[in-house]
Amino acid sequence: MRRRPTFLLSVLAFGFAFFYVPILSMVVYSFNASRLATVWGGFSTKWYGALFANKQVGEALLLSLKIAVVSSTIATILGTLAGIALVRFTKFRGRTLFSGLVTAPLIMPEVITGVSALIFFLLLASWIGWPVQRGFTTITLAHITFSMVFVTTIVQARLLQSDRAIEEAAMDLGSRPWQVLWDITLPVISPAILSGWLLAFTISLDDVVITSFTTGPGSTTLPLLIWSKVKLGVTPDINALATLMVLCVGIGVIIAGVVMNRAEARRLADERLAYRSQA
Amino acid sequence: MGWFHRRGWRDLIIGLPYLWLVIFFLIPFAIVIAMSVATKTPTAPPFSFGGAHPWVNLETYHRLVSEPLYLRAFLISLMNAAGTTLFCLLLGYPMALALTRVSRSSRNILLMLVILPFWTSFLLRVYAWMGLMGKSSWFNAGLTEAWNWLVPQSWAVAALPMMHSNFAVVLVMVYTYLPFMILPLYASLERLDPTLDEAALDLGSRPWQVFVDVTLPQSLPGIIAGGLLVFIPAAGELVIPSLVGDASTPMIGRVISDQFSQARDWPMASAVAVALLALMVGPTMLYSHYQARAEGTK
Repeated sequence: MRRRPTFLLSVLAFGFAFFYVPILSMVVYSFNASRLATVWGGFSTKWYGALFANKQVGEALLLSLKIAVVSSTIATILGTLAGIALVRFTKFRGRTLFSGLVTAPLIMPEVITGVSALIFFLLLASWIGWPVQRGFTTITLAHITFSMVFVTTIVQARLLQSDRAIEEAAMDLGSRPWQVLWDITLPVISPAILSGWLLAFTISLDDVVITSFTTGPGSTTLPLLIWSKVKLGVTPDINALATLMVLCVGIGVIIAGVVMNRAEARRLADERLAYRSQA
Repeated sequence: MGWFHRRGWRDLIIGLPYLWLVIFFLIPFAIVIAMSVATKTPTAPPFSFGGAHPWVNLETYHRLVSEPLYLRAFLISLMNAAGTTLFCLLLGYPMALALTRVSRSSRNILLMLVILPFWTSFLLRVYAWMGLMGKSSWFNAGLTEAWNWLVPQSWAVAALPMMHSNFAVVLVMVYTYLPFMILPLYASLERLDPTLDEAALDLGSRPWQVFVDVTLPQSLPGIIAGGLLVFIPAAGELVIPSLVGDASTPMIGRVISDQFSQARDWPMASAVAVALLALMVGPTMLYSHYQARAEGTK
């Protein structure tokens, strides 16, 4: 019989307090009537009103969402292709360089990625006259580049686990290459593609550093707006914004958890059924 | 051989992402390396190759090792990153170990709670600490009271100066990167065979001996993976030091950004970036070495 690990459990409790006390404090103070963000002055929802009245916030959120949807979708396509290429083609010219290129952005400090992207765009502008102005396009291009490698990592891991014999069986039974891709490979790796897309989407939506280097006049994403406000100090409407974000993420995670649990249960049931019908 | 070995498919699948990464990652990166040996000029774009130093001008690298600003920034970055890694390990290891000891159903929920902060905005998590550390916050007031109670009267303060210090930078970096430490540690600890612990206990080891002799050595790959996942981004961190740090002790990310945007010294910014990357190569090689070994033993 093992003893109850009291010490470990108390550290765990401390760790979770460490994780969540700052967030809870932010939520509580979003309902603070006082202008001073950290001194309690009674309950009020006025900062939510101020937040919704602020047009900048809405515009910034819209721009962030647009960039995140476009960049994560393209990043997922490119990242999935790279994952398939690295797992299924063990030999091609320049494979070493390719696998290096897929790993390097993962460990590159963001500030370097940002500076090099900006220098690249500035030089392109002076050499070929494009991009005339930095903004949506340049931010999106930079986001695709550094989020696609995360998709690749996830897809690669999934492909390595999957059974290749099914693809070969389909080929032997006369399927055309695109049919194998569409009917077998993609469905098998679809959970990985979905989580890759989600990860790329969040990375893009949350990015400050690379966006701050690749943005131009008039293109303020939500993180850049928060960044410029927070630099000036603690303001109460940011507390309200943070609370809404935490709420959205919480709901999203709960829904995702339920959906994944159901899918897992269905998959297990299907498998059981398949084995039974074989027997 | 699968369907993908048909020529057209193969070229498309490899070529598209390859081309993208070459254009938008490799070329910009090569430009930065080339830029680090260029000469700063008052033109637009503000650099040139040639003049007194045809092609290669090593002045930037000379300044890098001779001017105290750069060496100091590197030192501060490495120390802050090392401190962050150490505290993440000290807090994350018992947390990960505790996660392997709770029941399966609560484990999944707790693991989700570890990841959840990662999905909320990074900036807002930094901002939450700015609120807590500020001189008028309940958190600072509480800690100040505890401090004044603990220390002799002459050391008493009205409020602890937490914000704009290296302490604040390390604290917020620990907060931000702790999940990166816990998850790989949990993954390696979860795989351990509990019967080994029991065997050691049966043979007369004390619990802490079991930990030192059995658990700790087996979790080394997890410690290394988690350590690097924390150390590498912490060393290059830009946002946290510029929000909660002290302007007089800049970290290297800040130096790169300032050289580029304020001093408009592209060659110098590039040289600092190349040096930072060179520092990252060592730990990364170590990481892939251990990854390869871990996969080899599977």
